[in-house]
Amino acid sequence: MHLAISLDEVVEMIPDGARVMLSGFMGVGTPDGIVRALAASGKKDLTMIVNDAARPHCGVGPLVKAGCVKKFIGSHIGVNPDVQEQMRAGVLEVELVPQGTLVERIRAGGMGLGGVLTPTGLGTLIAEGKPTVEVEGKTYLLETPLRADFALIAARSCDYVGNLTYMLTATNFNPIMALAADVVIAEPEEIVPVGVIPPDSVKTPGVLVDHVIKRAA
Amino acid sequence: MKDLIDFTTMDPKEIIARRVAMEIQPKSLVNLGIGIPTLVSDHLDEGMGVFFQAENGAVGMGHRPPEGMTDRHLTDAGGSFVSAVPGASTIDSAFSFGLIRGGHLDLTVLGGLQVDAQGHLANWMIPGQFVPGMGGAMDLVTGAKKVIVAMIHSAKGKSKIVQTCDLPLTSQRRVNLIVTEMAVMEPRDDGLYLLETGPGISVDEVVAATDATLVIDGDIPEMDLSRSV
Repeated sequence: MHLAISLDEVVEMIPDGARVMLSGFMGVGTPDGIVRALAASGKKDLTMIVNDAARPHCGVGPLVKAGCVKKFIGSHIGVNPDVQEQMRAGVLEVELVPQGTLVERIRAGGMGLGGVLTPTGLGTLIAEGKPTVEVEGKTYLLETPLRADFALIAARSCDYVGNLTYMLTATNFNPIMALAADVVIAEPEEIVPVGVIPPDSVKTPGVLVDHVIKRAA
Repeated sequence: MKDLIDFTTMDPKEIIARRVAMEIQPKSLVNLGIGIPTLVSDHLDEGMGVFFQAENGAVGMGHRPPEGMTDRHLTDAGGSFVSAVPGASTIDSAFSFGLIRGGHLDLTVLGGLQVDAQGHLANWMIPGQFVPGMGGAMDLVTGAKKVIVAMIHSAKGKSKIVQTCDLPLTSQRRVNLIVTEMAVMEPRDDGLYLLETGPGISVDEVVAATDATLVIDGDIPEMDLSRSV
């Protein structure tokens, strides 16, 4: 396994048209270095699965601004004018998913489940065209699993085998997305020797992590 | 001291925040939406032991830290800097929505674009105009034990309380209480009950400002904000 790679190698690895999960909540817990490198590289036609569109300068914002995104799957786009504009212009497709449903669909994708039964969205536009299932007298919407080609993760600490920790509300979608993609790339704030992170504190076991962004020499 | 406050000239948002705060039970788990709902925490006695949850994974959010002590790893669901109260915990998004959807959240207070006489809330899109998205609102309204809508009564001269929502619904669940600067209303099986009027507001004024049929059962008291903090 070639764990530590450069941002240039990440840019090379992710092709145009890739389906990418990007962690973060309003840009908190987003791997900003990877986002900036991808935006600068001029990628095209990415499908981004991300909680929210954040603002133009953070989260998925720089990728949208640079015209890299063809489709956005997420729960909130209200404070990113670029997304609103590109959506109205018909160049960005937006699929809105309730936030709790989004995270459970990703979790289902990562944990080998065939879908999620949730009451959220029943009787709303979200339910249109989706099957409902009755369990013990209650009705649920059937929501399908989500997976991606790549998951881009922001960690607090990473050790030499890729064990990850997160910090406070920067945790958000990170540990869930790290299960749900073919290739998992982590951008940690610090790299520490094996043993520094106690086993109980590891939130994403290193076995799930394919690559870690190399530190500057 | 509080008797000296003239609530009739108070900022409408503060009236709403103070009245909603009076609904919050000691030691409960509460989620406050963005906007007016966020102001509610300013009017709570900190000794009540209330824990504020944020969708992004905080249980026990506190006020903004002192100047220069903010950290981007600790924010609320709107991305604003917060602190953590003693006993706080942080969790991932799946766990956070497990709390919300799983019936562990005692109360959510949300803003609205429209609420109708059946208690249906619409707060995530205005077709053809503006589509902010639902964020966590659909899960919150579906899963919280109690839902309070906190909003200004009218927008651009139009009542936000309507007979039937024409905007897309957030949930088919009936909200428990609607608090505006003009009224406290409760949707029940047999109609939308007017429970209280705002400071200095008459029942006739509420009726005139509301595009839904209100059930007016007996004398309607004015909000007693003298109990608010």
